[in-house]
Amino acid sequence: MGAGHGGPLGAAYVAGTSAVHRLEPHTKLVAVLAFALVVVATPVHAPWAPAAYAGYAVLVLAAAAVARVPAGRLARGLLVEVPFVVFALLLPLVARGPRVEVLGLSLSESGLTAAGGLLAKATLSVLAATVLAATTEPRELVRGLQRLRLPAVLVQILAFMVRYADVVTGELRRMRVARESRGFRGRGPGALRVVATSAGALFVRSYERGERVHLAMLSRGSTGRLVTGPAAAVPLQAWLTALALPLGAGAVLAAGMLLG
Amino acid sequence: MHVPDGFLDAPTSVATGAVAAGTVAIALRGARRELDERTAPLAGLTAAFVFAVQMVNFPVGAGTSGHLVGGALTAVLVGPWTAVLCMTVVLVVQAVLFADGGLTALGTNVTLLGLVAVAVGYGAYRLLLPVLPRTRTGVLVAAGTGAFLSVPAAAVTFVGLFAAGGVADVPLGTVLAAMGGVHLLIGLGEAAISVAVLAAVLSVRPDLVHGAAHLRRPADLASRPGLRDREPVR
Repeated sequence: MGAGHGGPLGAAYVAGTSAVHRLEPHTKLVAVLAFALVVVATPVHAPWAPAAYAGYAVLVLAAAAVARVPAGRLARGLLVEVPFVVFALLLPLVARGPRVEVLGLSLSESGLTAAGGLLAKATLSVLAATVLAATTEPRELVRGLQRLRLPAVLVQILAFMVRYADVVTGELRRMRVARESRGFRGRGPGALRVVATSAGALFVRSYERGERVHLAMLSRGSTGRLVTGPAAAVPLQAWLTALALPLGAGAVLAAGMLLG
Repeated sequence: MHVPDGFLDAPTSVATGAVAAGTVAIALRGARRELDERTAPLAGLTAAFVFAVQMVNFPVGAGTSGHLVGGALTAVLVGPWTAVLCMTVVLVVQAVLFADGGLTALGTNVTLLGLVAVAVGYGAYRLLLPVLPRTRTGVLVAAGTGAFLSVPAAAVTFVGLFAAGGVADVPLGTVLAAMGGVHLLIGLGEAAISVAVLAAVLSVRPDLVHGAAHLRRPADLASRPGLRDREPVR
């Protein structure tokens, strides 16, 4: 309480009115998924692969520029990659095949290519997904998934999770503040029990809140279905704008396959 | 531990996607049995709990801290089908809102953390319950073992998928040993955290723990002597 709106889920969103922000959420989801598919489909061992990755990078950075996503936001988005960067860096050391000497280390050639490909593909997809998250509010994303025919119950669970994630994490934060203001330092034996008791209490509170929400819904005449207005048809123009990113990437891939 | 785009080739991603979609479809029916018409709000709030608790750093001894994956714990708390749905929803949110785990790898991630972790964790729990004493400790030991096994099981499954559809030619034995070894350690942390959280819930609201329904007994209230002969009130 007393914190700004948004919380951990809303933190990904960068408010704005750019062309990318205004696109319907489900078109953006399709576009990012299609872009990731094109990136994944690029053969790693082709000699033109690095050029293709560069092409994709230009496209996704252009999309980020149109959406006015700050560079710092993109960089923070890339942090989730770190564990897999470590995995990729280990690949050249353990992979089989002919080896090359780099700085005194014997590295596998195929491992090097594979690691480069992995890093490039993961980075490009993460950038695209970061642009999506930065230009679309969480509840809009849920609406987009709903229009993409995700099962209705799953959409409802998602909607409840998105709606209450901030409440639940806020509760967790207040518990931490309360613990620490009583002198808890989180070290030494017994600390696990203290933190786990908070987590257990959080589960009980979340579950009971779920029951109260359900009763409140029933008392307001809920039938268990989400009421949504009619979905507006998306004109071809908007689809083309949204799909410019994957179509451009597809063109790069096709050019590589034909010319390379 | 979320697999990003490009780690596995297209056929493997499509196959795991199909497995994940089938699992979620079955789980949607199963969750109705566990939670009836309260499925959406309760599973949604439980998913929010899983999401929040994954951000907590638990001190797990020797100066290290770890965070919870939570598949096995959630399965014991709210039932396996609801747990599959909660893990799936958390993974979807992490993929579309935090770019954590690729969109094309969503099926793989749901298969690993939603299906394998929950199935192995809850399966071990269910298998151990009958041979352990019907006490709080028995429940905790079974849940801890399930949580411990769920982490290396997911890691080994990932190595298997990487062998089938990975993009690099790596010696399988080495990777399996390394991933398995590291994740056995992580599994110990997962078990410690899961047991501690479950013990906390069991001591305040044992009636909420789905996997401990056999521990429930009628309240120890008795009618006043004289009215009737000490028959417990239910």
